[in-house]
Amino acid sequence: MSDMTTDQATEQLHHVTVHVNGVPRSASVPARRLLSDFLRHDLALTGTHVGCEHGVCGACTVLVDGQPMRSCLMFAVTAQDHQVTTVEGLCSAPDARPCATGERMNPVQQAFAECHGLQCGFCTPGFLTTITAYLDENPSPSEEEAREAISGNLCRCTGYQNIVKSVLRAAEIRTERQAENDSDAAGDAQVEAAARHTPSVNGKERA
Amino acid sequence: MTTQMFGAPIKRKEDPRLVTGGGRYLDDLGQNALAAAFVRSPHAHARVVDIDVTDAIDVDGVVAIYTYEDLTGKVAEPLPLLIPHPTLTHGRTGYPLAKEEVNHVGEAIVMVVATDRYIAEDACQRVRVDYEQLPVVVGIKAARDGAHLVHQDAPGNIAAHMVQENGDVEAALASAPHTITLDLSIERSACMPMEGKGVYARWNSEDGELRIYSSTQTTTGVRAAVAAKLDLPLAKVECIAPDVGGGFGVKIMHPWPEEVLVPWAARLLDTEVKWVEDRREHFISSAHERGQLQEVTVGFDDEGRVLGLDVRFWHDNGSYTPYGIIVPIITSTQLLGPYKPGAYRCEFWSLYTNTVLVTPYRGAGRPQGVFAMERTMDAIADYLGIDRAEVRSRNFILPEEMPYDHGLLFQDGRPLKYDSGDFPASLDKLKKLVGWDDFEAYRTQAELEGRKVGLGIGCYVEGTGVGPYEGGHIIIETSGRVNVATGLTTQGQGHQTAFAQIVAQELGVRLEDVHVTTGDTRKMGYAVGTFASRAAVMSGNAIALATRNVKAKALRIAADALEVAEDDLEIVNGVVQVKGAPTTSMPLGTVAVLSNPLRYAFDDAAKAATQFAGTFDPDKPPVADDEEPGLEGRDFYSPTQATFANGMHAAIVETDPVTAEITILRYCVIHDCGTMINPMIVEGQVHGGVAQGVGGALYERMAYDESGQLLNASFMDFLMPYASEVPHIEADHLETPSPLNPLGIKGAGEAGCIPVSAVIASAIEDAEGFPITSMPISPVELWELRQRHEAGEIPSLRHPHPAPHTTSPNQEPTA
Repeated sequence: MSDMTTDQATEQLHHVTVHVNGVPRSASVPARRLLSDFLRHDLALTGTHVGCEHGVCGACTVLVDGQPMRSCLMFAVTAQDHQVTTVEGLCSAPDARPCATGERMNPVQQAFAECHGLQCGFCTPGFLTTITAYLDENPSPSEEEAREAISGNLCRCTGYQNIVKSVLRAAEIRTERQAENDSDAAGDAQVEAAARHTPSVNGKERA
Repeated sequence: MTTQMFGAPIKRKEDPRLVTGGGRYLDDLGQNALAAAFVRSPHAHARVVDIDVTDAIDVDGVVAIYTYEDLTGKVAEPLPLLIPHPTLTHGRTGYPLAKEEVNHVGEAIVMVVATDRYIAEDACQRVRVDYEQLPVVVGIKAARDGAHLVHQDAPGNIAAHMVQENGDVEAALASAPHTITLDLSIERSACMPMEGKGVYARWNSEDGELRIYSSTQTTTGVRAAVAAKLDLPLAKVECIAPDVGGGFGVKIMHPWPEEVLVPWAARLLDTEVKWVEDRREHFISSAHERGQLQEVTVGFDDEGRVLGLDVRFWHDNGSYTPYGIIVPIITSTQLLGPYKPGAYRCEFWSLYTNTVLVTPYRGAGRPQGVFAMERTMDAIADYLGIDRAEVRSRNFILPEEMPYDHGLLFQDGRPLKYDSGDFPASLDKLKKLVGWDDFEAYRTQAELEGRKVGLGIGCYVEGTGVGPYEGGHIIIETSGRVNVATGLTTQGQGHQTAFAQIVAQELGVRLEDVHVTTGDTRKMGYAVGTFASRAAVMSGNAIALATRNVKAKALRIAADALEVAEDDLEIVNGVVQVKGAPTTSMPLGTVAVLSNPLRYAFDDAAKAATQFAGTFDPDKPPVADDEEPGLEGRDFYSPTQATFANGMHAAIVETDPVTAEITILRYCVIHDCGTMINPMIVEGQVHGGVAQGVGGALYERMAYDESGQLLNASFMDFLMPYASEVPHIEADHLETPSPLNPLGIKGAGEAGCIPVSAVIASAIEDAEGFPITSMPISPVELWELRQRHEAGEIPSLRHPHPAPHTTSPNQEPTA
């Protein structure tokens, strides 16, 4: 929480609109409202966690316009009109897939579940957002690069061994799903081409 | 057959929820609750002269402000001393809000309740407290000197003084061919879970009931403690641990002041109140552990066999002793590790200081004990010029000597009696894994390249699965869903998966049909808590026993319905069927229907279960005489003593010849926790433990200045390891099942961190050629030790780099 004091008078509120996980979300908040508190308490997106409140642990990392940012070091008002992606938003990424119990997981989420990349799960959302952005920049990291990529986030449970593995596995899943998407797209293109000749085939249904 | 579940590296059931933002941690609950914040002491030792809340009460949004004067009934009494002990002659606990005196920086003095946390903190800053400062006691030496006292009625700052012995240690030392004395010290660290503590209380005035959510390792403990403090019947209080973001020991301590005050305020204000600890609060008002000064005198023969061991140590227990002296008792007993000590005496003093209190942190006194013993083993090896692994091997308790009784009392007040373990086999595995016998060649090569490397080793035995008991409860619904409850709590250990594996295996159902609840007093009111690597041993076995009960009942009912003998039935994938004739069968859900005859038909299953359905025997009651309705089973596991897991670690470190930077090149682990339920989870536990051990060995310390200010109370300054600091961990397992429990489990939670400081000290000593007696060690400290060594203030090792020993133990040593 904030250490800042405020004047006796009721705080001035600011109308803030932030595009969170693709949806414009608005609330009236004081200027000192942290982005982390805005997401968690004003928007009830509690997947983003707060571990240290001074930008060291990385648990609160979200993507702001695609870049990892510590939401405990940003004010909600400074996120005005920006695109914010939280851990909840990773589930609706184009390369997310439903698992057996129904949750949709992007490749990084899937890899963490496969590789035992989490224990208590508290730091995990910050790792997931960080790694998702990292793999966009470096889709096939070496083990050393994977370790470097996660070296700004603290985890007290796993000793990082399986998080490193998860990064490498996520890169593989990402590639696999990319290939699926490409072949689906190719398939769709074929179907569409066929549909132009034989109007009875419904490309959308096939997709 | 149902797929083998027990022992398989099954992926965790909890993960899809946790990786998609579906976790429910304490601060995710109670979005509309009032928020509490605390004014905490900025002084380590002071009298509270006056508290002025005038300015604070006017802050818009403040609902209430409480000081000690406002506390009522038992809430105004000292917090409980949870674990009394006859030798804890001067146990002291604090008050929920300080009464007249504060004894450490961070002690709570005023509680503010407001509409949100920002406002509550605003108000805290407007509270003025006048203090009269008192002399401060920081550090074990100052406490031992006793020039100033933390508590005026605890002379010498001594909370407890305890001696345990087995045999005549003075005679053994006097007659031993060789004796050495070591002075050792180990610093404070702390659990530092990523989620701090937190409590959220809802008072329901209509029913006069209190619900508490706490980020705790024991909900039954918190429930009972709060009910006692608030004078509520236990039946009117329930406590639930939601998802908990790590514990590592600090959350087994209870009730924390906030766990009493927040429910108390919720009842008083007839509403919901929540307090979530921030990181600074966690540093200065939770708990730390580890700090000890140790003096070891060992007598041994020419072959390095220990004949007598005399240990004295001074344990820093901080300002209060609410959790008793569990930590130093564990140090004094678990110090012995896998060895036969000959005559043994251990004497300790548990001392007050004006610092945050000390309660168990993963390992709970063992890392200190293992440090003492393993430094001693290395010192014997150096004294005689014998290989360090060989000296250890000569002192091992052998498999044929199990069970081995040390003649001492363990932390549970029961005999320290090892149940199992094969230490020579573990050592053999470790030496192969790390390449023990090839290390000298590696060192020679490294030296040619101008590099300094060292090899270290550490062995430990860990008493796990202490009692008194845990329970398991199973109920099978008519849908076939299997609900399992156990009362202890979960902080990331994967209990929803591991316990489901036990049930799936024992009962013969699919893993996805098993749903495990932990730490909810509504589901299981009898439980102790999660600590001492006991969850798998205690709840695992209790759940297995409960499953066997429910299975027996299911077979009984199904046999009657199918008109076959119970012995002819088996359960496969949730279907009760005749062995060899699986078409004669009945799903468990149907058995559940039959087990619970009903009057009303509210769905299809209930329709089938009404007393008017099917054929019935008018001479028999709907529920047989010795049965209860429902397909339900419950049982408890209560062992006569702890199980004893063990392990051995080795590391290769490199120390920079110029900068003294310390790098772990390899870290190898052999671990024996008996039968493994899920090896993937066990390995994860070991990884996490080693990482915490590395933190404690090289980076983490509590930097108190002489006035009792904690100078590094943030993640910026307290150096918890990132991925860049934790080496790749190579782990292998040995499974010697415990004969003490039905599943053969020994427990794994704490293991990884226990020997790490000892191992790293051993490796640095080996690299540098002079003794390392104090941990943690930073590059600066190592550099200074080098200067002192060069100046002749620190002696060299007598036998640096002795060749690996390949002769048998009964041959003469080569030194």
